[in-house]
Amino acid sequence: MLELKALRKSFGALAAADGVTLEVRPGEVHALIGPNGAGKTTLVGLVAGTLAPESGEVLFEGRDITALSAHERVHAGLARSYQVTSVFPEFTVEENLALAVQARTGSSFSFWRPVAAEQALFAQARAVATQVGLGERAGLPARALSHGERRALEVGLGLATGARLLLLDEPMAGMGPEDSRRMVELIAALRGRVTVLLVEHDMDAVFRLADHISVLVAGRVIATGAPDEIRANPQVRSAYLGEELAA
Amino acid sequence: MKKALALLVAFVLLPLALRALEQDFYISFASRVMIYALAATSLNFVLGYGGMISFGHAAFVGTGAYAAAILFAEGVASAWLAWPAAIVLAALAAALIGAVSLRTRGVYFIMITLAFAQMMFYLVNSLKMYGGDEGLTAVRRPEAWPLDLGDEVAFYYVALALLAVLLFALHRVSRARFGRALDAIRQNEARAEAIGFPVYRYRLACFVIAGAVAGLAGALLAAHGKYVNPGVLHWTQSGTLLIMVILGGVGSLWGGALGAAVLLSLEHFIADYPVPWLAALAPNYTQHAALAVGAVLLAVVLLAPRGIAGLLARPPRA
Repeated sequence: MLELKALRKSFGALAAADGVTLEVRPGEVHALIGPNGAGKTTLVGLVAGTLAPESGEVLFEGRDITALSAHERVHAGLARSYQVTSVFPEFTVEENLALAVQARTGSSFSFWRPVAAEQALFAQARAVATQVGLGERAGLPARALSHGERRALEVGLGLATGARLLLLDEPMAGMGPEDSRRMVELIAALRGRVTVLLVEHDMDAVFRLADHISVLVAGRVIATGAPDEIRANPQVRSAYLGEELAA
Repeated sequence: MKKALALLVAFVLLPLALRALEQDFYISFASRVMIYALAATSLNFVLGYGGMISFGHAAFVGTGAYAAAILFAEGVASAWLAWPAAIVLAALAAALIGAVSLRTRGVYFIMITLAFAQMMFYLVNSLKMYGGDEGLTAVRRPEAWPLDLGDEVAFYYVALALLAVLLFALHRVSRARFGRALDAIRQNEARAEAIGFPVYRYRLACFVIAGAVAGLAGALLAAHGKYVNPGVLHWTQSGTLLIMVILGGVGSLWGGALGAAVLLSLEHFIADYPVPWLAALAPNYTQHAALAVGAVLLAVVLLAPRGIAGLLARPPRA
């Protein structure tokens, strides 16, 4: 589904991605973990297309997308969410989602016909709103949502683009236990429908959700495997997980 | 929509009333206000709808004005030819300037648009063939068969029709796919890109459309005054247009038109109707309308951040 080949990106002397090679299989939830500063967000940028690698390749469904811009990658079927919530605050939940549907369907260089008359856009938007648990909040402006709800909308925006691969950058960031639990359910429900590359700090969530886990340390993938293998991997333990896993 | 239609009817009747009251000067004045309303509305499209703070909008008004004036000087008397040419040339200028400027953000965008406009200002200043810094005077207004643009009432209706069409188009566009995408980009550029909108292309399209409309306003301005000079491209003109938009209401449909009407009226009434006690106190104050404009601008920015349109329209836009 997604293949990263020897991706390299440095900021000054710091190699944030130091030859990252990684494969995400279709239909899976693939988690990417690693200590702070390991280069996780850089990797998200490289995959989403907001950062350009110095060398290496990004292959999506067998196609080299390294040279595509961020919006072109969305049209190819790869969408992201942000670590810091990034939605359209003045639009309602439904309008936010309809916008993502609009970006996918047909030309948006349409100057005359009111969007409000496009039933199909809003029908799809409502379906996604329900899917991410915001069905009853669809008419509220995004800025009126709670933190957890906004995080759900963040994921919904990615879904509404029709992406086949969702890149979720710390979807549980700043969440309380109740919201986290809902987000885990939401992501679990996506399994099989879309492929997910999940970057997350919440180890409970990662080990419950992931089919495979890759561990990133200092810009390098030091291990990839099933959750049990990662848990047992001595290298991973010493590099990063040790105490957290033992507990 | 009903209110807009009522307003349109009022403006259709206005010149008849002014003529009956023998206030023909105000027919011409109203035309001038509407021309500035066109220009300010086009800037509002860039600023309020597109979220781009352009400080060089006078460049496009000036391009249109000079294109029309030069064509007239070269013997093209028909507005049917000159005005579309002015629109196309201004759109072209906007495409070139926009293509470069839109690669920058924030204060750099403000500065680069200003720099381009000043370059064009000096360029027309050096057009010795066409009057240089003294500008170009036309003996009469262009022809627009079957209309007689020399007639103040006819000119007024042309300006009114164009403004009405522009406002209706803006109303439609802002609700269509293009307008929604533009609004999304204004609210959150990175997010808009991340759900698949080619942000740069949208911004450029918006910038070019606004430039084209500004070019039309410029052509009308040249026709109306039968005169054009490099002053139309000066940075203070860009500033005046910005003030109009801020006064009227950034991002509001009526913002540009309201701002143009209020600003030009202020300037006119301060200059032509001196208040005796104020004149006794400060004999030259009528030459400093900018002072009063500044005070009004200050009041609006502090008390009505959504401009005059925001004061009139309540409840506010959701």
